Amino acid sequence: MNMPEIVGLFFKASLLLFFILMVVLILTLAERKALARIQQRKGPNRVGFKGILQPFADALKLLTKEDILPASANKQIFWIAPLAVFLPGFLIWVTIPLAKEVVLANLDMGLFYITAISVLSVMGLLMAGWGSANKWAMIGGLRAAGQLISYEIPFIMAILAIGILAQSFNLKEIVDDQARWPFAIKQPLGLFIFLTAGLAELGRTPFDIHHAESEVVGGPFVEYSGAHWSVFYLAEYMNTFTIAVLTVLLFLGGWQSPVLPFSGIVQTVASLSWFLIKTALVIWVIFWIRGTYPRVRIDQLMSFGWKILVPASFINIFLTASVLYYALPHWVITVVSLGFLGVTFYFIKKGSLAGHKQNTVTIINSSDIRAQLSNRAEV
Amino acid sequence: MPMRESSNISSKREIKAPVVREYLDQRGENLHKILKESISDFPGAEISVSIDMVTVKIDSVQLVKICEFLKYTEKFGFDYLSCITVVDYEEDQERFEMIYHLISIRLHHKMAIKVSLPSNDPTVPSVLGVWKSADWFEREAHDLFGIEFEGRENLPPLLLYEGFEGYPGRKSYPFHDYGEW
Amino acid sequence: MQVHQQVSEYSDAIDLMVNMGPQHPSTHGVFRLVIWVDGERIVKVEPHIGYLHRGSEKICESEQYSQIVTLFDRLDYVGNLNNELAFCLAVEKLTETVVPERAEYIRVILCELNRIASHMLFYGVYGLDAGATTPMLYGFRERERVQELFESVTGARMMHNYIRIGGVKEDVPDDFDENVLVLLDHLKRGIDECDRLLSQNEMFLARTKGVGIITGEDALDYGVTGPALRASGVIEDVRVTDPYSIYSRFDFGIPVGSNGDCWDRYYVRVEEMRESIKIVEQAISDIPNGDISAKVRRIIRPPVGEVFVRTESPRGDLGVFLVSDGSDKPYRVKVRPPSFANLQALEYMLKDTYIADAVLVLGSIDIIMGEVDR
Repeated sequence: MNMPEIVGLFFKASLLLFFILMVVLILTLAERKALARIQQRKGPNRVGFKGILQPFADALKLLTKEDILPASANKQIFWIAPLAVFLPGFLIWVTIPLAKEVVLANLDMGLFYITAISVLSVMGLLMAGWGSANKWAMIGGLRAAGQLISYEIPFIMAILAIGILAQSFNLKEIVDDQARWPFAIKQPLGLFIFLTAGLAELGRTPFDIHHAESEVVGGPFVEYSGAHWSVFYLAEYMNTFTIAVLTVLLFLGGWQSPVLPFSGIVQTVASLSWFLIKTALVIWVIFWIRGTYPRVRIDQLMSFGWKILVPASFINIFLTASVLYYALPHWVITVVSLGFLGVTFYFIKKGSLAGHKQNTVTIINSSDIRAQLSNRAEV
Repeated sequence: MPMRESSNISSKREIKAPVVREYLDQRGENLHKILKESISDFPGAEISVSIDMVTVKIDSVQLVKICEFLKYTEKFGFDYLSCITVVDYEEDQERFEMIYHLISIRLHHKMAIKVSLPSNDPTVPSVLGVWKSADWFEREAHDLFGIEFEGRENLPPLLLYEGFEGYPGRKSYPFHDYGEW
Repeated sequence: MQVHQQVSEYSDAIDLMVNMGPQHPSTHGVFRLVIWVDGERIVKVEPHIGYLHRGSEKICESEQYSQIVTLFDRLDYVGNLNNELAFCLAVEKLTETVVPERAEYIRVILCELNRIASHMLFYGVYGLDAGATTPMLYGFRERERVQELFESVTGARMMHNYIRIGGVKEDVPDDFDENVLVLLDHLKRGIDECDRLLSQNEMFLARTKGVGIITGEDALDYGVTGPALRASGVIEDVRVTDPYSIYSRFDFGIPVGSNGDCWDRYYVRVEEMRESIKIVEQAISDIPNGDISAKVRRIIRPPVGEVFVRTESPRGDLGVFLVSDGSDKPYRVKVRPPSFANLQALEYMLKDTYIADAVLVLGSIDIIMGEVDR
């Protein structure tokens, strides 16, 4: 590798980092605006035109804040933890293509690489929880470890099924394979598992138990402030973007569009925008869920993961593999998956997770009580 | 209608003030009647009325007994202890008066039990065994008035901080002792 | 590194002790709950209160009767008007003051609206406790409407000092009736909307059903009152069973739960808001004209005696015990705060629950620390 190549790679990586940072800034504003829309308020609207400069103001504020190191914190672990959370999330981006030609390194084992790297961020959360020397942080870190590890399995299984279907782990080839039908149609069960497990991986509502404000007061991040805290924040939004991008790549056909008449650079730009529009839609769904759902409890989270998602993901893989092995038409997967999803939802609704959906509160009329009272007056 | 005993409050200040009228409703009259019959088992118990509340004054040794009686007897059924109040009659011999407000949710009765305590040894048996709701009320009384409860050891402070000196609820506790600055 | 050693010591042992509060977002004020946990399970809890103890009862002893109303505002700072009413009722009973009809109606209307506002706050905060952010905004939107009406009537949003001994401070504005009717329309829709948003949500049901159960008998034993008691199936509402003011004239329902779990405590409150609207509707339709205050002397000297009144505040059975020695200041004022007694049952309710449940159970009791600590 000669000097220009290294410089070129460095330049590309910086460009990627810049892109990610911009996306995160936009996402923070987008989330606040989206939530505000759901909650019938205006959201940030003071800094810049309609508040579009708000994220920059926030970033400036966070960077100039004092970085507090708790007296009894383990210094090394405490300072390294934010990086340990951020870096794996960022490294994934090496192999994620945004359009046909827009990718840093198109690895043949891209999906494998992604699954392998993304698990590492658990370590960072645990380090943050331990290093803070705070019991809430510790509980939060342990929650994060339990949650992320158990949802990693259905997450990877859903990805594996895609790999089986596309006969490749190369993201570009997977997208090319979806030229006719996006995998969302062939893999509805896979999409459901992937999105649910993805939300849990992100730690977003309804699975935000590891940094639940009302329970563990921000979990592993409770002792962080200023720039180090903002790195966690950055990682969270970057991972949101990553999950949305992966959903689009794996299930919604990536940059494939019904009609793209252009060619050359124009086509690249057009397909990139198309891709980003799809991603924005997925992100909107994630925000929407955040605006409407309460949080689940840790035991419910675990039982949902192990009792529903893991079996479902095995069924998904088994189904996909056998359909391919016996060379059955692909719509068989769709039909069986949808049937399975229906049955699952039926049981969720009937079963213990949903609670008992009945109104246990009755209204007793005051006149009835008064009548009873006057009857009882003569003791 | 029984006549009210002369209140021990008026001894505090020499104010020529009228005393409140009593008016019991039908329910109160009934309770008063059946209480008067049952109360004779308890030596030293006196029954009176304050406005619309039937009040039983009793010796502190009898307290738990009468509380259990009132809670578990079918015709009274005082299943709910509303509140425990301490009143500090500073200049009286029987300085502290404990007032237990009882309510029967089932039968819709209400009444009060009063226990007078001397100033040198304000000790009263705990009614925690009868109603669990007495717990914090007793701790509060211990905090603010220094009432000791038999059957409960080392009550930790509830409303005050650890190591607080004095009993701020008492009349003798200096109240306006801060200066303006 | 001392704390690290401590952590590892505790994790070798069975239980980890954590402090929930006094600085914790979901303890609703300065309440401290020491929890011993085994993993996520709660082994033992120990509530600590008193961080907001201001000695209100003692201050009352050095103020004249008419000055005390404003102190009662500051006890339960969410259900202010109900607290003012409790004290004024006590003094009126002592002095045998007859309150004019119009004042009674105004009191009832405002107190019931206050109950709705208080329950709306509960609704919003409970959603937040459960991890949903949107209910908070919905609840506060409705609460804001009530607060606006209060502002137009009493001139204040929180510390009203409006209900006075013998009546109310001043007559309501001319457009009060129309404003209330418009407000009720909004509230009806708002309550339905809030109900649809959270009550039957699958995750909310899973979180609250069967959590923090307390039976009716135990609840009574612990002195739990108000919505929390009714959720356990005990039919007890002071407005009906021991009526005060003019509540005996109105026809309304009393929501009663059957499980005594968090969901019942939550939903009893939602239904209670609907019933409060019914009361306000009846009151506003036959509110008479006339005086708004009885003739009360400037310095009130009640006769010697004692009085105990019970009222139904948004949180439960609010009792005021008053000892008068015939002077212009009460000899002793004792408040029986509902939250104080309700909070005692927390230890019982938190048996065999998770950390996450602790937040929800505490939220479902709906405590106000100003009232607990006084």
